[in-house]
Amino acid sequence: MSVLRVLTAAFAIASGIIVLLGYFLPVPTLMQLRSLLTDWAIILAGTAVLVGILNLVAVQMEKVRTGQKSGIYGALLVLALIVTFGFGLLLGPDDPLIQWTVDAIIVPVEASLMSLLTVTLIYASIRLLRRRADVMSVLFLLVALLFLSAVLFTAFSPALGDGLMDLVGMFSRGGTRGLLLGIALGTLLTGMRVLFGIDRPYGGN
Amino acid sequence: MLALGVFLLAAFLLLVFTIVRRRSPGVFRRIGAYERLNRAVGLAVENGTRLHVSLGRGNLFTARGASALAGLAMLRRLAERTSVSDRPPVVTSGEASLAILSQDTLQSAYRAAGAEEQYRFTTGRVTGFVPFAYAAGAMPLTREENVSANLVIGDLGAEVALLAEASDRENADLIGASDNLSAQAILYASSQEPLIGEELFVGGAYVGAGRSHEASLHVQDVLRWLLILVILGGAFLRFMGFEF
Repeated sequence: MSVLRVLTAAFAIASGIIVLLGYFLPVPTLMQLRSLLTDWAIILAGTAVLVGILNLVAVQMEKVRTGQKSGIYGALLVLALIVTFGFGLLLGPDDPLIQWTVDAIIVPVEASLMSLLTVTLIYASIRLLRRRADVMSVLFLLVALLFLSAVLFTAFSPALGDGLMDLVGMFSRGGTRGLLLGIALGTLLTGMRVLFGIDRPYGGN
Repeated sequence: MLALGVFLLAAFLLLVFTIVRRRSPGVFRRIGAYERLNRAVGLAVENGTRLHVSLGRGNLFTARGASALAGLAMLRRLAERTSVSDRPPVVTSGEASLAILSQDTLQSAYRAAGAEEQYRFTTGRVTGFVPFAYAAGAMPLTREENVSANLVIGDLGAEVALLAEASDRENADLIGASDNLSAQAILYASSQEPLIGEELFVGGAYVGAGRSHEASLHVQDVLRWLLILVILGGAFLRFMGFEF
């Protein structure tokens, strides 16, 4: 078992280094290997989706089997999944019936969740000061209000709205870049830990 | 070549700091969210409640996957720490390969803790493949699985507000971090202790995931200062009339 774990780790590290070198060095062999490994990974990811669907079904069926309150929703989900999957396989994704399923069920459900999200966000903003009454929270709410007023003013007085947008945008662009630089550094180091086999989320340690 | 140079510098620093960390334990600034997480883990074990770790839907083929990998590193440590509890953490993700990795991580954490019988493959779940389906699937978990703390860490968008609301309704702790700016803004308003920017990637060091995590935190600091110097130097040179 431990030999398998070492082999898994060695293969993962080697693949990672080859793909990375394929990006950095313009050597044709490396670039071909990079492309081949990426293609393999895409095929594996496609298979993983099927495994994910099986996992989803197993979890929902477990709810039904143990008689949980939400078991009925689980059963409904599995039934809808089987019917849609079956029709999708038989008719193809471009069939009008499949398109109708998307337009008449999925889009309205997502839209209703989006509207629920709007209410949730307003509620969260109102409660922010109760949860954390500090300078940063006040500043956060003031900037949010300023952005909203800038959008409103753009409709009535474009010059004023644009001016406000420019003012707020100047600070927000700087802040955004700072946050993104921090995230980029974190991404680099996290990737490096996985690449060198320090973190092995694939069961290697 | 510049990218390769930055990569090699970061790799060298990571190696050096990992060796240095071995000799002296790290001292970090206080981050409220991670203190709350450590407390929540202890409470979950004592109360017989669960942790819910939400890894988001970061595709591992893109840079967005890194936030999920950071979440997996934390999950590994948290699963080890809660292995004595009879209610192991439940992990949700919106991406199939991420769910498989979370199952693998849970299994190896229990194996390392000598509690492999704790592992159930249904504790690493896919709850949906699109943002709102994922959120809709993960929302009821707090109530149904007796969850006392939600750790949302990974690539999530605005749908994170629904998870935060579900957590708040059940009076569960929420510790959230995302690499997505919209989600960060929402989590700032919704969570008790917000995590901003790169704080997402330092969790491993704060939950005791090992010296390599502490070392990478120090490398991040060094690289950040180098970047600041480069930006200031560039601004100064432009001010002096140099074109580049």
